[in-house]
Amino acid sequence: MDLRWPLLRQLTGGDRTGRGPAAKSARTEALRARTSTADRVVKSVCPYCAVGCAQNVYVRDERVVQIEGDPDSPISRGRLCPKGAASLQLTTDAGRRQEVLYRPPGGADWQPLDLDTAMDMIADRVIATRRETWEQERDGMRTARTMGIASLGGATLDNEENYLIKKMLTALGVVQIENQARVCHSSTVVGLGTSFGRGGATTFLQDLQHSDCVLIQGSNFAEAHPVGFQWVMEAKARGAVVIHVDPRFTRTSALADLHVPIRAGSDVAFLGAIVNHVLENELYFREYVVNYTNAATILREDYRGAEDLDGLFSGFDPGSRAYDVGSWQYEGMTAAPASGARDQQYGQRGGGAPPGRTEVQGGTGVPLEGRPERDETLRHPRCVLQVLRRHYARYTPEMVERVCGVPRHLFEEVCRHLTENSGPERTAEFVYAVGWTQHSDGSQFIRAASILQLLLGNIGRPGGGIQALRGHASIQGSSDIPTLFNLLPGYIPMPYAHEHERLCDFLRGDAPQQGFWANMPAYLTSLLKAWWGEAAREDNDYRFGWLPRLTGSHSTYDTVIAQLEGTVKGYFLLGENPAVGSANARMQRLGMANLEWLVVRDFNLIESATWWQDGPEIESGELRTADIGTEVFFLPAACHTEKNGSFTNTNRLLQWHHQAVEPQGDARSDLWFMYHLGRIIREKLAGSQDPADAPVLNLTWDYPVHGETAEPSAEAVLAEINGWDAQGRPLSGYGELKDDGSTACGCWIYCGVYADGVNQAARRKPGTEQDWIAAEWAWAWPANRRVLYNRASARPDGSPWSERKRLVWWDAGAGEWTGHDVPDFEAGKSPGYRPAPDAAGVDALSGIDPFIMQADGKGWLFAPAGVVDGPLPTHYEPQDSPVANPLYGQQRNPVRKVYEHADNRYQPSGNEPGASVYPYVVTTYRLTEHFTAGGMSRFTPYLAELQPEMFCEVSPALAAERGLVHGDWATIVTARNAIEARVLVTDRMPSLHLDGRVLHQIGLPFHFGPNGLAKGDAANELSAISLDPNSHIQEVKALSADIRPGRRPRGPALPELVRSYQQRAGVDASTGMEA
Amino acid sequence: MAFDLEEQLDQSRRVGFFTDTSICIGCKACEVACKEWNHVPDDGLDFTGWSYDNTVGLSADTWRHVAFVEQRKPLGHQESGVGDMDFRWLMASDVCKHCTHAACLDVCPTGSLFRTEFGTVVVQEDICNGCGYCVPACPFGVIGKREESGLAAKCTMCYDRLGAGEEPACAKTCPTDSIQFGDLDELRERAERRLDQVHAAGTTSARLYGHDPNDGVGGTGAMFLLLDEPEVYGLPPDPVVTTRDLPSMWRHVGVAALALLAGVAATAWYGGRK
Repeated sequence: MDLRWPLLRQLTGGDRTGRGPAAKSARTEALRARTSTADRVVKSVCPYCAVGCAQNVYVRDERVVQIEGDPDSPISRGRLCPKGAASLQLTTDAGRRQEVLYRPPGGADWQPLDLDTAMDMIADRVIATRRETWEQERDGMRTARTMGIASLGGATLDNEENYLIKKMLTALGVVQIENQARVCHSSTVVGLGTSFGRGGATTFLQDLQHSDCVLIQGSNFAEAHPVGFQWVMEAKARGAVVIHVDPRFTRTSALADLHVPIRAGSDVAFLGAIVNHVLENELYFREYVVNYTNAATILREDYRGAEDLDGLFSGFDPGSRAYDVGSWQYEGMTAAPASGARDQQYGQRGGGAPPGRTEVQGGTGVPLEGRPERDETLRHPRCVLQVLRRHYARYTPEMVERVCGVPRHLFEEVCRHLTENSGPERTAEFVYAVGWTQHSDGSQFIRAASILQLLLGNIGRPGGGIQALRGHASIQGSSDIPTLFNLLPGYIPMPYAHEHERLCDFLRGDAPQQGFWANMPAYLTSLLKAWWGEAAREDNDYRFGWLPRLTGSHSTYDTVIAQLEGTVKGYFLLGENPAVGSANARMQRLGMANLEWLVVRDFNLIESATWWQDGPEIESGELRTADIGTEVFFLPAACHTEKNGSFTNTNRLLQWHHQAVEPQGDARSDLWFMYHLGRIIREKLAGSQDPADAPVLNLTWDYPVHGETAEPSAEAVLAEINGWDAQGRPLSGYGELKDDGSTACGCWIYCGVYADGVNQAARRKPGTEQDWIAAEWAWAWPANRRVLYNRASARPDGSPWSERKRLVWWDAGAGEWTGHDVPDFEAGKSPGYRPAPDAAGVDALSGIDPFIMQADGKGWLFAPAGVVDGPLPTHYEPQDSPVANPLYGQQRNPVRKVYEHADNRYQPSGNEPGASVYPYVVTTYRLTEHFTAGGMSRFTPYLAELQPEMFCEVSPALAAERGLVHGDWATIVTARNAIEARVLVTDRMPSLHLDGRVLHQIGLPFHFGPNGLAKGDAANELSAISLDPNSHIQEVKALSADIRPGRRPRGPALPELVRSYQQRAGVDASTGMEA
Repeated sequence: MAFDLEEQLDQSRRVGFFTDTSICIGCKACEVACKEWNHVPDDGLDFTGWSYDNTVGLSADTWRHVAFVEQRKPLGHQESGVGDMDFRWLMASDVCKHCTHAACLDVCPTGSLFRTEFGTVVVQEDICNGCGYCVPACPFGVIGKREESGLAAKCTMCYDRLGAGEEPACAKTCPTDSIQFGDLDELRERAERRLDQVHAAGTTSARLYGHDPNDGVGGTGAMFLLLDEPEVYGLPPDPVVTTRDLPSMWRHVGVAALALLAGVAATAWYGGRK
């Protein structure tokens, strides 16, 4: 009798009602979780934001069948946000492109092309364009470069891929190498780097749990980094106060204890007022401030600040729109910065005037020596603390109401929470993201927070610090191993063109002589050895001359201008979508329409690949497909499960992801693309006697390959990044690097990631088996330290400030620093050590100098160098603002970078005539459900359905004022363009009361574009190219616009609408261009 | 009803969800992880304007659904921030309740819906004939019919994962642990402890939903900590198993039938005497 027959089971078993086991079908009985039937589980890392959640990739029959969180990760604890959870669909969906496509000049449609032919054609174009545009000299100085080729992309790629891109393109003489890090967090590197010595977040996500007060400002933490936000919830569960300061009430605000609505772009005024509150009420952490910051340092007599000069600092030259920064220096010492404008004082320190640069800041006549004068009573009128006090005296609570629209009681609540939760027993942590970085004075937003955290004594301590949340899987890595024009690996500056410049001149000009940066000769020599191997010798300056030279700003926005001017002819887009994601998206497309060739590597046909066929300018009639001469190559990219490599997360943690399966069709990794492109080019150039080809032909480029696709070994690239000694043995740390050519190292701060020949980034000891530091999970730069500047977690005498906030301390018995984290200090340097007067390099730092990368070992409240728009953060209005600066006569940042171009018109601001034509503040942002310019989310059905269409968020008051209907359409207009969006009328978008008026703000997610499943106009159609002068980051977090009901016009009527607004506002080439 | 859940559970214990909406960040990872694991198709690309909710509600193609509620009310401990106005934004991830007394199960004529060894209620698509009786039977409006196949579909609490000793995909992925999975009795205690905490923190409007075995569905296998009335989230305030009255209805039918029979007999007898 067959007992599988349900009725029999029902009658004979215990399940008489037939609703339990008796009803179970054979199929149900046979169900097995595909996680349990997988052939193997491959360890990986989520490819979206920079939290760096660990993934388990389940493979069966050589196909990925499931991706989910890895519970072993101490960061993510097995959890994934909607994007991470959708990565199975991202990587395996049938809609993903797997074939090469080719669009000939003037062509109406794509054509198929085989991969080998495409690679060969691209190599030919690189060689030809390079030959045609080679520039050996400019203005009599050797530049040895091509300005005809540019590349953009890297933040979503692996460190090893960025390394090969930078290495090969630099050898080819390409200097316009950029990636998303420019557009997202370049101002972080300047802000944190000049303040503390390194440009990375000072802490790590899990340490948030120890914070007593978490202040989130300029970040929508819960939405943009959901899995990292679990540590805020842990802190809250332990009693921490969570504050969210933001123009909008977001999913972060919903979980905060206090939401403070603020006018977009006014954060420096808000933070400056807290600084004022802390100083005036003597609430700073005095012992910390005296010993660990430059508060006691005395400034030169000729320094004048914004308080004296109505918003300017001494040394301003309106003609060149630049500061001579000499008067900002310390009395008795010239300090070179650890970050920011490193080349500022080249002329004086290296000999000869710094020529040929657009951002020459002048310099000082003082050589790099001496000790700064200090007054540890902090009473000297020219000591930094007193200068700070005077500078921020006008940043009062009343001013916060007028500038920021924040009511006084709310502001005072924030001050109270912050100061009550700072001190020996308690710590507060700041969290920010691109809400702070993307302004025409973005670096100063970060500086303002740095000053405050130094005053409160929160840097280098558990639960303290500044958390810079980065939004791409390896955007920290693409800064560290920079696909950025102005940097070499490990933040070594790219050399500028100077006459007769040799390695020694460069080092004398750009390297500080005290602190760990004094070892720059060893870092740079080892890099040159890694790139040019045997060809790099002492007698040829280690081929320092083979590096192409900069002559000004070559940022991605300068590249766009150069495309429009016809200088740039070839362009690589490596996982980046500027037609949606970069400021002034229309200009990005017009620039590409002026190229000779374009290579797009992506998963899908993003807007940057198809603009010639169906872009907005085709619709408006401004461009005709047949007239566009750009040759376009689309090459499908391999995804994270299809390649080996490391991502560096937002807290400097390198995590290795292992290849699970082979890519399909023509999809290849960017490691493969760059390696084979370089190989083909080298084969084609073989035998060339042209000196310009020598750097390419002598480049070390012999990586082992494997498999059918001849994929290069990522681990071999990582080994080169780590470096080796003369015998080829892997180095274990940057302390082993030499300046005599006996060591090679591709990125000195990553030295140690391959110590003992072991891939330390692949370490995965479960978080549950370690303390909260989890030092054996992956590897963090520098030297696997997780909390930077942690020497400051101890008193000057080396004992912890308190039991509660114990992290690193001096063990007098053992004569060394010890603790939970790796000490960020020389292990054997006692707290009592004081340098001899003639000490140099690291020896010049005393036992109480926790900021070891700084020339003076101190945290910089006042930045005597490195920040080109002022030593102290000062509130300026955004480039386009409906508000007149209430603090100073100076309306805008006087040294901001603006570009006069018919497609990049600025708007009148404040009290200027015509400003009322664009009366509302616009801010742009991310949504949880999407990813940056949409290439990895708008084409993914499970994500697209969650936020399927572009929308704008407005307050009920603004909706009433302009007749906007919820769910209907609105058109938003600036001097650049107009877009349409569905209307969400919501109380989450509060209108602000400031200076006797009601100010409305409009919220725009920036993800959308015309391609993919989730569609809409791109918010970046509205933004202008106006940049922070330090970092060249664009201002897209605060601009002004008008909004009106209804859809935007189609065809030629669209540019006509934009023009009519311009005319009404009186916009012309001079609008907003003043210094 | 004659069904004895405890008997069905065999050796294992009844498992379930506790969704603590006080720590939900509305990220919708649960919606996506559920779809990835269970191969649930996407549910259409419609912009609704309902705050950040574009999937609208539970259906055959959405087995976890996050509701977004914007309210001009203060959130207990939260200090008023939005100008002079109180405001809060509630988010809650809804799911099949896996009721103790499950009407969908009661009305299923094919045995497609069954009670598993974990105490959960699961549709077997190879048995379902698409009759759709279960759809109106559910007091929560959870179950639906898929357009393409015509078959009923809803949350299985990842029945296959439970068999492998793994937690459901939504609970595993939840970034803030708003969705917790475990032994139902233990979860019930945890929910009560959490409610005390939330009350102590000042959110007195918080309440549990589905935890009471004496409610109209005998308690649910998916409990919630809500910050407002259930109706605010689109949940029925007092759900009752729609088959609750079936036994008494059958009794009444029986009585009526007997009465009718008696009447007929009496009539026949009376009529026969004439």
